[in-house]
This record gives sequence, C-alpha cells and structure tokens, in this order.
Amino acid sequence: MKKVYARPASLKDAPFHYCPGCGHSIIHRLIAEVIDEMNLRERAVCVPPAGCAVLAYNYLDVDMIEAPHGRATAVATGIKRVRPENVVFSYQGDGDLVAIGTSEAFHAANRGELITVFFVNNAVYGMTGGQMAPTTLLGQKTTTSPLGRTPLRDGYPIKFSEVLALLGGSSYLERVAVNTPAHIQKTKKAIVKSFQHQLKKTGFSMVEILSPCPTNWRMSPVEACRWIDEVMAKEYPLGVVKEEQC
Amino acid sequence: MKGTIHIDHELCKGCCLCVEFCPKGALTPTKKLNLKGYCFTEFDAQQGCTGCATCALVCPEVAIEVYRE
Repeated sequence: MKKVYARPASLKDAPFHYCPGCGHSIIHRLIAEVIDEMNLRERAVCVPPAGCAVLAYNYLDVDMIEAPHGRATAVATGIKRVRPENVVFSYQGDGDLVAIGTSEAFHAANRGELITVFFVNNAVYGMTGGQMAPTTLLGQKTTTSPLGRTPLRDGYPIKFSEVLALLGGSSYLERVAVNTPAHIQKTKKAIVKSFQHQLKKTGFSMVEILSPCPTNWRMSPVEACRWIDEVMAKEYPLGVVKEEQC
Repeated sequence: MKGTIHIDHELCKGCCLCVEFCPKGALTPTKKLNLKGYCFTEFDAQQGCTGCATCALVCPEVAIEVYRE
C-alpha cells in the first residue's frame, strides 16, 4: 500500500500543546500543507499572535517574527513593504485582530497592504481563560459575561470580514470553518486563494476561520464542532465576503 | 478500494473527531492511557477501511497516517 497522507514537511515534528479538538492544530497543518504545495517555504514570513497560538513558531517551519499583542498586521505591513518578494502572513485570534488590533488591521486593509491575515475566530479570548471577545455571540456565556452577552451591557458581535469588505484596499475576504471534513477542505482552498491574491498583488486578503474552542466553550470537541454549525455559523455566515478578480 | 491507517497513540488526545467522522465506524475511543494521560483512539482494521483519509483530515494532532492500495 502506498502512503496517501502524512505530516506536511513545513510542519515541525513537535506535539501540539493545544487542547484536544482545538482548531489551531488543524489550521496550522492546513497552512503547512499549502506552503508545501505552493512551494512557498523559503519565501514565507509569518507573524504569530499573542494568544494560544503565540508558540506557532514551534510548529510552522517558516521564518517568523513576533509582534506585540494586536500589532501583527502592522509588523506584517513593515516586512512586506521592505521585502515585497516574501509571502507575508499574520495569524491572529479574535482578541489580537478585532480587539486590541482593530486599528492596525482596519488600516492595513484600507491601504491594501499586500499581506494575508488568517483570522482564527473562536468567539472568546482563549489563552486568558475564556473571557468575552468582540466576536462573542449574544447570549453566549463567558467568564466576563456569565449570564450571557446582552446588547445593552456588552454590545454586539463584530463581523470583521464584512467590516473590512467596505474598505477599498481589501481584495479577498472569505469566512470558512474547520469543524467538519468538508469545511476543512474549503478552508484549505481559501488559504490557497489568499496566497494567490497576495502573489498577484490584488490587495489585502483575509481568511476568517471559525474554530472550535472546546475548553472555553465547556464542551467536548465533537459538541464544539456541532455548535459551530448550529449556532456560530448562523451569526457568522460561511462563504466569500469579498473577492476581486485575481 | 482497500486502505489502512496508523495512529500514533502518543500524539492522540482522545478528541474523538476521527470517531465522529469516519464513514466506516472503524475508529473507537478506548479507556487506555498514553504517557500524557489521554485516552487514545484505536483503529479496527476489520471495518473495511477504504483509505479515504477523512480521519487524517480532521485529526488536529497529525497523529494519523493513511495508506491505500
């Protein structure tokens, strides 16, 4: 028999520290597969977040540069402007991108910076213990919304892909998920497309990935995957939010 | 189409996503512990694995290698 599936070369042989059923592990693997298939390993530069994936450099075998919390899109902007031949991407969670990093992401998209952002949306602040994030759903219970998020007290969940779609510089924005085999395959295709947009210099590209966080959602991994379909994807519809000709 | 898989039990965290999504039901959770203290999942070669690799696709830990004829 021949081997039809094994660890991608761009993924280091290190056991993940992530929780059982965490979406980060799947997404890291998909990015590594795409980097291998598109032969980008020598040119890729990644800017990891502050968050559970802060240790992404232990797993993805590409050049990395850390940034202060939320500033990954600013650091990625700097790298790409100085080294346009590199394929530069940031990997950020809800807090990193939509809370502390809103300004950097908004303006990088508006300027049409030729970077790619992988936005891992799990509707909470993961690493810090499950607090409410800007992406937390109404009614969702978190450590800082123990009775459920209410609009009067806590505002509304932010659909950040739709926000960035309003800006002239954004050229490819798609929302995907990693909770089922079919969705995982679509996520991989979106990752490929986002790099293609960067290589063709169409503008700012982002893939928003709905990702399970079983620990902070207080669910089993299988339940967390179902919750994404049954609840989360109703608030954050999957699909292409914006795409210009590539 | 015949296939088989190999699970690295030391990488498995017992998340059971492979159990949930295997179309042949060839994967089952066990009560056996690995060195990290997780109850790992086992593969049953008698269930007619086709090597579709759905398990490897959903496995977060990259614990599964898939072989196909």
